[in-house]
Amino acid sequence: MRSVFVMCFIIVISLVSCSGNRDLPGHQKKTDHQLTSISSTKKMVKIEAGSYEAFIGKDSGRVVKVESFYMDEAPVTNGEYLQFLKKNPQWTRSKVLKLYADSTYLKYWKNDYEIPPHISPEAPVTNISWYAAEAYAKSVGKRLPTIDEWEYAALADRVSKNASRNPAFTGFILKSYQKTDKNKQLIKQSQPNYYGLYDMYGMVWEWTYDFNSVMMSGESRKDKTTNESLFCAGAAVTSSDLRNYAAFVRYALRGSLKADYCLNNLGFRCAKNTEN
Amino acid sequence: MRKSLFITAVLAALIQTNSCKQNDSKIAEGQTDTEKIATDGSSETQKLVAPPNVPNPIGDRAARKVIVKLETIEKTGELADGTQYHFWTFNGTVPGSFIRARVGDDIELHLKNNENNTFPHNIDLHAVNGPGGGAEATFVAPGTEKVFNFKALNPGLYVYHCATAPVGMHIANGMYGLILIEPEGGLPKVDREYYIMQGDFYTKGKFGDKGLQEFDMDKAIAEHPEYVVFNGNTGALLGDGELQAKVGETVRFFVGNGGPNLTSSFHVIGEIFDKVYIEGGSKINDNVQTTVIPPGGASIVEFKATVPGEYVIVDHAIFRAFNKGALGKLKVTGPENPAVYKKN
Repeated sequence: MRSVFVMCFIIVISLVSCSGNRDLPGHQKKTDHQLTSISSTKKMVKIEAGSYEAFIGKDSGRVVKVESFYMDEAPVTNGEYLQFLKKNPQWTRSKVLKLYADSTYLKYWKNDYEIPPHISPEAPVTNISWYAAEAYAKSVGKRLPTIDEWEYAALADRVSKNASRNPAFTGFILKSYQKTDKNKQLIKQSQPNYYGLYDMYGMVWEWTYDFNSVMMSGESRKDKTTNESLFCAGAAVTSSDLRNYAAFVRYALRGSLKADYCLNNLGFRCAKNTEN
Repeated sequence: MRKSLFITAVLAALIQTNSCKQNDSKIAEGQTDTEKIATDGSSETQKLVAPPNVPNPIGDRAARKVIVKLETIEKTGELADGTQYHFWTFNGTVPGSFIRARVGDDIELHLKNNENNTFPHNIDLHAVNGPGGGAEATFVAPGTEKVFNFKALNPGLYVYHCATAPVGMHIANGMYGLILIEPEGGLPKVDREYYIMQGDFYTKGKFGDKGLQEFDMDKAIAEHPEYVVFNGNTGALLGDGELQAKVGETVRFFVGNGGPNLTSSFHVIGEIFDKVYIEGGSKINDNVQTTVIPPGGASIVEFKATVPGEYVIVDHAIFRAFNKGALGKLKVTGPENPAVYKKN
């Protein structure tokens, strides 16, 4: 009798200890969410490994190394997200767990399976939380890009890998941020960048895997969770390039997010490791 | 002998310590530890109005809870005749609504970021004693709202502004306003009160170029504005926007400077400020022609309208008034006053 108990105990322990860790992209295992995989024909482009100067933080100016990876050429669209919902009804607006999306999830969709009126299926999907973006990425066998990866890919203008020192490029970015109704435009209408990526600017803000790492990375000199570097005086002190206001804007936006937030002009695109 | 000597010494000491008490502030007489001011249990939601108007004076009411609701709104508006600009605003105006409370009030500030906005925002009120002036507590993504509470410990006229990175850009686009914390008993009564806030604007095009103008980062860093205006528009205090007063009335201007860069040399042509609350604080200067208001600062000026006519409000760094838009008008109506001013 006792040995039965011991056996059960050992089995239970071994089951529990094998629950996966989802901490690093590429090491993710299936979550408990019973996702149904779907196929995606979305084109991905390869971003070769490289390095760049980190923009923000106590050690700003440090060199960030990025491994080769694949990135969706454009943000995930309403049409693509709808395909995901059809196979994964647990992510429709009426069924989604409140823990994973706040009350503005798919706010403007007509119903669970109808995209907003007057918006094209080829426009980027918005009003989705980080959890939802993560789930979509997993369902197509991909993941979300990290901040480092996204920022690295975004350094490119049309003709070069790194246009961050080009003031005309910074001006172009700032101007694109002023556009309104960004979530209503079709993807791939403007010129792609050096890598073949479309709509890195002038469309929607994009979720990244570690969007909140800037705020909680221990850069703060005090024991607080918020990073004062993003406010007022602190920002001027730690940026590696004071004039890189465009990047400031992106980091500020990321810092203001929580994982369950669903914004009108926040979407996402997926990434994938090069080794399968 | 000893006893009387002792008593004299004690008396002398008492007189000495009393006479050495500084009382240099006419407003802050008997300033208690303002942290200890208790509110009376009532609460009001402040009814906000658009500039150049201000909420009613607080009078001699007791300290109470005041609820203030602000919403950040990014919108295109007119910077000058035929010239548009993407303003970022508090409550849809540049400057944002004037907030009015008294020392000891517990202020509950709600900051909402309109869901159609692109950028995150927050607020730093110079009237707050606390980290970031409220900036950390009110950092909001579009579509979200945050609340924080602060007790007004210091009377005075204070600037508030957005403090989200990049801060210069948020301020340059119009995210500033004023909050007045009246002293106990309220400011002395006057007949007219108006709210004016100066700001410098940096556009890619030149002053007067028509159409939608973009923000120019290089000009902002070089501190070379194309426009210097009152209340967000070259014509805000002109034409239909002219301020009004009658002969014999006392007029008070709450004047702020949102910057981001330029200091104002505030002057009303044809008037002298009978009173200037220096730097928006408690010290009052008398008989001032032009007063200095730094970016991120404010001042209260008071005068009596004595002669009818049009009085031009300027930044006396004069090319800004005539070539960049730092110009407004006050119209005084009423009977002539030849004893004070007479043209032949």
